[in-house]
Amino acid sequence: MSEDIVCELMRDYLHQLAAKGTRIDGRKHDEYRKIEIKKNVISSADGSAQVSIGNTSVLVGVKVELGEPFPDTPNIGVLTTNAELIPLASPTFEPGPPNEESIELARVVDRGLREGQVINLEKLCVAPGEKVWIVFVDIHVLDYDGNLFDTAYLASLAALTCTKIPASSQGLGEDFPLPINGLPIECTVVKIKDYLLIDPALDEERIADARLTMAIDEMGNIRAIQKGLSGAFTLDEVKKVISMCRVSSQYLRNLVKS
Amino acid sequence: MSGIGMENKPKLVDENNLRIDGRKLDELRPIRIEAGILKRADGSAYVEWGENKVLAAVYGPREAKPKHIQNPAKAIVQCRYNMAPFSVSERKRPGPDRRSVEISKITGDVFESVLFLEMFPRASIDIFIEVLQANAGTRCAGITAASVALADAGIPMADLVPACAAGKIDGKIAVDLKKEEDNYGEADLPVAIIPRTKEIVLLQMDGNMSETEFETALNMAMDACMKIYELQKDALKRKYITDQEVDAEQVEKPNTSRGDNQ
Repeated sequence: MSEDIVCELMRDYLHQLAAKGTRIDGRKHDEYRKIEIKKNVISSADGSAQVSIGNTSVLVGVKVELGEPFPDTPNIGVLTTNAELIPLASPTFEPGPPNEESIELARVVDRGLREGQVINLEKLCVAPGEKVWIVFVDIHVLDYDGNLFDTAYLASLAALTCTKIPASSQGLGEDFPLPINGLPIECTVVKIKDYLLIDPALDEERIADARLTMAIDEMGNIRAIQKGLSGAFTLDEVKKVISMCRVSSQYLRNLVKS
Repeated sequence: MSGIGMENKPKLVDENNLRIDGRKLDELRPIRIEAGILKRADGSAYVEWGENKVLAAVYGPREAKPKHIQNPAKAIVQCRYNMAPFSVSERKRPGPDRRSVEISKITGDVFESVLFLEMFPRASIDIFIEVLQANAGTRCAGITAASVALADAGIPMADLVPACAAGKIDGKIAVDLKKEEDNYGEADLPVAIIPRTKEIVLLQMDGNMSETEFETALNMAMDACMKIYELQKDALKRKYITDQEVDAEQVEKPNTSRGDNQ
């Protein structure tokens, strides 16, 4: 991600592999690494999940607290997403206030959750204009080996699906599950030379020319997009990315559900 | 330790000297240690200690940056103790607060006393402790985890450092306080030692104890440290011992006993 020196030999090697239709870990271009989802791993959180894609590992804890709604939306709850690239996770992550990368990560995950209307925020209103439930999604990256976007998004989604609103602790009746509308899924594809690879590992991410993240809902509609890095996509490439993401999103959605 | 909320104080020790979770006064919570669980870190360890979940990673020795913090005679130790926002009952604002900064500093001091820093001039050994779930005793769990992570990183050190707290609850000295005991108890005494020399490398206290109570508590904490030391060594063995070595160890045992007989 930052200040990593890229070995030119590695770049050539990855190009050669891509031309042969394979990748450094033997995957096909449209194949994800092994995915593991563990829900409810943190008992002090109202919902939590640890997700690993290959060696990349992300822990998400959800906290739900009472607070004031925004003045322009007095009748709906609030969703706040925050990401920390803690220095434990990579030799290139440094301590300190959130940097560009962690803010982009938090915002891309937030956009997928928000625009995909994952949470039914209308049901989180307690007293209009005064009190609503605020949902804090805290993304904690534990091990960084590429494709943080998809790992963090999946972990956030999995954590939200097992979140309970702590109503009883506030004297507001029984605890209830966070109302979920649907499960849009974010998938990330990188472009290396002329090749499109889904779920980039760290070595691939380092040499990628461009990156495209798409959130796709159950109907196959696109709910959010983020393009990153300095390279460009042609229209045909964007279409190809959409079809790759559409196929993978169904696979990932089933993993979150099970 | 303060009097806030004392009116709701539960009974911490019953007439049989058993505690709220059924432990005896000198009994530790269940502890599980795993070495080498992160891929990117040079060394790592995960500790589950009762309801505490703590992850430690070590990077280095690597070039200390910025340059002005380098020491031309030896390596520096930089430690960062951090709590995840979801690790406590009320969401903690991300980033360091005064408590984490202090714990980071004293934890760094602990390891300066056991690492052979003069072997790596101008370098930095970076220790990162992440508290994922907290239930009192996280600094001790963090130090315990960081020792194993340092060993996993292969950094030369005099010994592993186990840590454990003792304290006073309902007037009785007990080891390894959990959250309710810490909140409603009378004193808390975190201790870390170098097991081979029994030297104390971390000692803090808050609350109120007499001198005899303090001595009892300190001895109890040190005994607990020795138990944790065995768990630390065991975690490293599980990671590094090969199946062949396990077989060899089992074969060796009858041999040594025969030697004793002669």
